[in-house]
Amino acid sequence: MKDEILMENKSIVVPGEVLAKGMSFLPGPGTYRRDDVIVAKKVGLATVDGKVIKLIALNGTYLPRVKDKIIARVIDVLMTGWRVDINCPYSAVLTMKDATNEFIPRGADLTKYYDLGDHMLCQVVNVTSQNLVDVSMKGPGLRKLKGGRFIKVSPYKVPRVIGKDGSMVSMIKKATGCDIIVGQNGVIWINGDPKAEVVAVKAIKKIDKEAHLSGLTDRIAKWLEEAK
Amino acid sequence: MTYHKRFDGRAFDEVRPMSAQVGIIPNADGSARFQIGDTVALCAVYGPRDLHPRFLQNPGTGILRVHYNMLPFSGHGDRVRPGGSRRSKEISMVMQNALLPALNLKAYPNTVVDVFVDLPQTDAGTRCAAITAAAMALADAGLEMTDLPCAIAAGRVEDKIVVDLNYEEDSFHDGCDIPVAILPNTGQVTLLQMDGEISRDMLKEAIGKAIEAGKKIYQVQKEAIKNSFAKGE
Repeated sequence: MKDEILMENKSIVVPGEVLAKGMSFLPGPGTYRRDDVIVAKKVGLATVDGKVIKLIALNGTYLPRVKDKIIARVIDVLMTGWRVDINCPYSAVLTMKDATNEFIPRGADLTKYYDLGDHMLCQVVNVTSQNLVDVSMKGPGLRKLKGGRFIKVSPYKVPRVIGKDGSMVSMIKKATGCDIIVGQNGVIWINGDPKAEVVAVKAIKKIDKEAHLSGLTDRIAKWLEEAK
Repeated sequence: MTYHKRFDGRAFDEVRPMSAQVGIIPNADGSARFQIGDTVALCAVYGPRDLHPRFLQNPGTGILRVHYNMLPFSGHGDRVRPGGSRRSKEISMVMQNALLPALNLKAYPNTVVDVFVDLPQTDAGTRCAAITAAAMALADAGLEMTDLPCAIAAGRVEDKIVVDLNYEEDSFHDGCDIPVAILPNTGQVTLLQMDGEISRDMLKEAIGKAIEAGKKIYQVQKEAIKNSFAKGE
């Protein structure tokens, strides 16, 4: 029997679609092997990388991974820290120890440090098999986010919003003069002049919608030029 | 008596005209519309998300909840009373069983995936249309699936095997309706119900025809998902 690839490179595939036939290919992320064929597990872009068949998922919810920098929102104050919403099915815990270098006396009112509804840029430090998540505020650039506005995009589009070496986000920053922080969990903080903020939000929504199409950077550059 | 020609003039193994669209509900994590003849199913998927009440949580895997709902003036005959009924509860359950073999929710312990299917207009074959729409919406939500379930009814009207019964055929006095859901790539059957009487040989033939027609539906599903990405400006 001949080994062959049964899809076009970089084409969109659906779950259950047979991507390649034969034992000489290996199933990469987003695919699995059934008997002698490799099958897609998700909706996504299928690519061939040597002998490995990979699938880049195009949609889905965020699953936390260690070292991800994410934007979180305080939803509850606990005995020893804060429970934060991280735009995923699971909430995370920020402990006192990970929150600040300051000394917090016993019995102190924790809302003085982070109150309900506060947003912060934090980092995932631990994820268990049951998806219990710990986050930390210790690291360069991690801080509380005051003012501005928060929008959500699909976590799978975050790399496109950031662009190669941050080219896309710095282009929007330059064009609008806004401060923008993109969390790996798909939450984006935009802070600047209210009118410029609206332009930045529209630009990001456009990226979210057209992320899978090529020539994105040029199109967004043109759009920003017109929006000015 | 023999059934010479179908009430709506189709061939005996002809499926009603189908159309499908993915991503119709922006606020949902995944959504789809599936129309077959005059039966329309709208599906929204939310999740995986936090599951309450907590006693339903399963630390081993995420769970799937399906809500099937026929809208009050959707069908022939009497107005359907709004809200859940014994029938809608049963169909929700069989839909869950039909979809779950294709889903892998192991990566999301203690969570739930909610599937809501509403049928604004019906002309028989609602559970099949609902499963077909739900499969597309689940894929659109980015969930891990081993296959894309699709469903179709086959059955008997008098002495003929027919595929994709409409309401007239479904409610015909001498007939039988067999909804079948399949995983098109492996050929597994995940839903098999029967309403009416049929001989053993005809049953085998009907199921075979349903599986054959299911593959046509799979093509429509596949195309709809791919089309949801092709657009742009």
